[in-house]
Amino acid sequence: MTGKLRLDPAVVRRARTLATRAAAPVEEMARTHTTVSVERAVLRLAGVTGADAEQIPWVNRCVDAVRDQVGLGQGVALPVWDALARHRELDLSTLAQKAAANGIAFRRPDGRDRTRAEAAARKAVGAGVRRIDRNRAERDRRLKRLGDPPRPWIYLIVATGNIFEDIPQAQAAARAGADIVAVIRSTGQSLLDYVPEGATTEGYAGTYATQENFRLMRAALDDVGQELGRYIRLTNYASGLCMPEIATLAGLERLDMMLNDCMYGIIFRDINPQRTFIDQRFSRQVHARAGIVINTGEDNYLTTADAVDAAHTVVVSQLLNERFGLEAGLEPWQLGLGHAFEINPSIPDSFSLELAHAQLVRELFPDAPLKYMPPTKHMTGNVFAGYLLDALFNLVGYMTGQGIILIGMMTEGIHTPFLSDRDLALENIGYIRNAAGSLGTDWHPAKDGLVVRRAHQVLAESVELLERICDETLLTSIARGTFGITKRPADGGKGLDGVVRHEDGYWNPATELLEAGR
Amino acid sequence: MTSGPGPVVRPYGDTTGDGMVQVSFTLPIPNDARAEGAAVQLAAKMGLFPAMVVHAKAMGPSFTFFVVYGRVSHLVDLSQVEVVEREYPLLTAKEVNLAIRTRLRRKVVVVGATIGTDAHTVGLDAILNVKGFAGEKGLEYYRELRVVNMGAQVTAAELVARAQREKADAVLTSQVVTQRDAHIHHTEEVVAALGVAYGARYRPLVVVGGPRFDPASREQLGVDRVFGKGTTPSEVASYLVHALLTDDRRRSA
Repeated sequence: MTGKLRLDPAVVRRARTLATRAAAPVEEMARTHTTVSVERAVLRLAGVTGADAEQIPWVNRCVDAVRDQVGLGQGVALPVWDALARHRELDLSTLAQKAAANGIAFRRPDGRDRTRAEAAARKAVGAGVRRIDRNRAERDRRLKRLGDPPRPWIYLIVATGNIFEDIPQAQAAARAGADIVAVIRSTGQSLLDYVPEGATTEGYAGTYATQENFRLMRAALDDVGQELGRYIRLTNYASGLCMPEIATLAGLERLDMMLNDCMYGIIFRDINPQRTFIDQRFSRQVHARAGIVINTGEDNYLTTADAVDAAHTVVVSQLLNERFGLEAGLEPWQLGLGHAFEINPSIPDSFSLELAHAQLVRELFPDAPLKYMPPTKHMTGNVFAGYLLDALFNLVGYMTGQGIILIGMMTEGIHTPFLSDRDLALENIGYIRNAAGSLGTDWHPAKDGLVVRRAHQVLAESVELLERICDETLLTSIARGTFGITKRPADGGKGLDGVVRHEDGYWNPATELLEAGR
Repeated sequence: MTSGPGPVVRPYGDTTGDGMVQVSFTLPIPNDARAEGAAVQLAAKMGLFPAMVVHAKAMGPSFTFFVVYGRVSHLVDLSQVEVVEREYPLLTAKEVNLAIRTRLRRKVVVVGATIGTDAHTVGLDAILNVKGFAGEKGLEYYRELRVVNMGAQVTAAELVARAQREKADAVLTSQVVTQRDAHIHHTEEVVAALGVAYGARYRPLVVVGGPRFDPASREQLGVDRVFGKGTTPSEVASYLVHALLTDDRRRSA
């Protein structure tokens, strides 16, 4: 495809080569380490659910018990299924509960014992992976039967804190035109080192991601999709300290898209970089298998840094997210790379600059369903000006062929959107679609105009930054504050104590099954 | 201000004294003639008379959105307007950074922790994490603040040792759990430990936060400031600038 921006293919190739090189040491680390959450995800795939009286899940208790007794250097599966073979009277869930009370003696099995444990674990975890496969097939069937909406898909958010309030709101959003419903998580869930259990009715500025909440919302959106004759996609967040487990639950409950960034937790939540990179790899292996589209979080950089000055950090992060995603087995159509319309509207040519950035991303990642985020930083409380800004955002979205458009609210930053805010927002994008929906193919920037020059400049700055990252290593760059102007040292942040280096004989049935399927 | 009648104003549309305003709202009823009548009635009760429904739109089968113009009968007596003054001005991140850079000429060091047995870092992270709270970035975002976030379940001794090592200007503690007044006891432990560690020297500011704290309990707790539910990062940052810059002894510290 010859693009509108006449990007030099050699420069684009160079950017990708550098991203691959920058990612390599981190990928190697992710392949040779595990985390407590990766190991808990193994037990979740095998069907362990439930929590103790303090609401701590049995998977946490069980992994902690194994860790205390024999360490996690060989993974949790071998000690657990070895113990299960020696306690034939117990099923897996009961064993996990007994382990929590120190009632199980774990060991690292050898020889025949190990072979026996491997076979049993493969079978149990395989059942979970097959359920993910069935869900993927079920999604494909429904998409075929109900039809897939044309792009860009319209993405709306619900967030009441109470899953039973979220459900009617989500159904109303779908009826009003949403193709994708995202349930925002409760503030701070990303920092919990466990996944809460059950249906939840209280959350701060969002609703907890739990397996039961996923199941309830999935069923509700299937119902409304049936009514509307349109498949409604469900989105949640595989981020924070439990990224691998939440990705697993999403696969088990047929979620369709997951927020999942390789660096977001590091920069914005001060989660340890090593923990994040290891967790994101496993979570993406699960997403790849489940046919889930990931959404990356580059839009966030522009809420902290200036959207013009930091434009190249968005592109660099997208290239890294792409590289890490492909390495984990995601296909290009699963990479919902993020970016945003956040340039200060008072600077000259801000619209042209937005157009240049959005078109650049479109041409760099032709097969990715890009996720375009609306203005937030320059929404001032003047709702009338905000409505205009959202219209221009929508226009750029259509002109540059974005795949997923998160609908901007004119009351952004004021309050949880009113029903009428949402309706006006849909009216706004409906008008743009009707008025300018085919402009994307007709529009061509002038050969040496501002849009083309700006796109070339951002790409050149991206290559420069990638060269620096390759020289100093990605972990050092993050420590020096390259992304989101926030410094995060490799040994700082939350969750480092949950990182474990593989020892000889490490084995993970989930990784084995997920990698074999590629 | 004197108690005499002050100037009286009413809204301005396009002529002095016309009292014209515009409002929009939603009623949970289908869009029909009755709905428009209901909108006019609501407008009248809000003091808009005559009121004109200029736009009515169905939002699904059971909601209607209205835009209404009308003349309000209410008057505002400016002499009766009360303004609650915060003891310090609310600054933007830029203003906070500028104030520190130009007047303090060094970075401000903030050490934060969720103390005692409390494992809830929601409040601490809302104030400190870049991600922030209520659309505002956290203190980490401020270039002129150096933030040390110690996380949860930090003891008073650990917190004070870290504050000394980092030469903290302010110590921020956050607590959610209030069983048996744990939040009060833990705060008292921190104040006592700071007293022992700093002795007669000037100790860092102690700022306490949590949804169950009474902002008026500052003196009783022996701290410099108490923030309650719904506090945003910029309120905390603005307070720190105010407290550090209005106290000469701290400026020279």
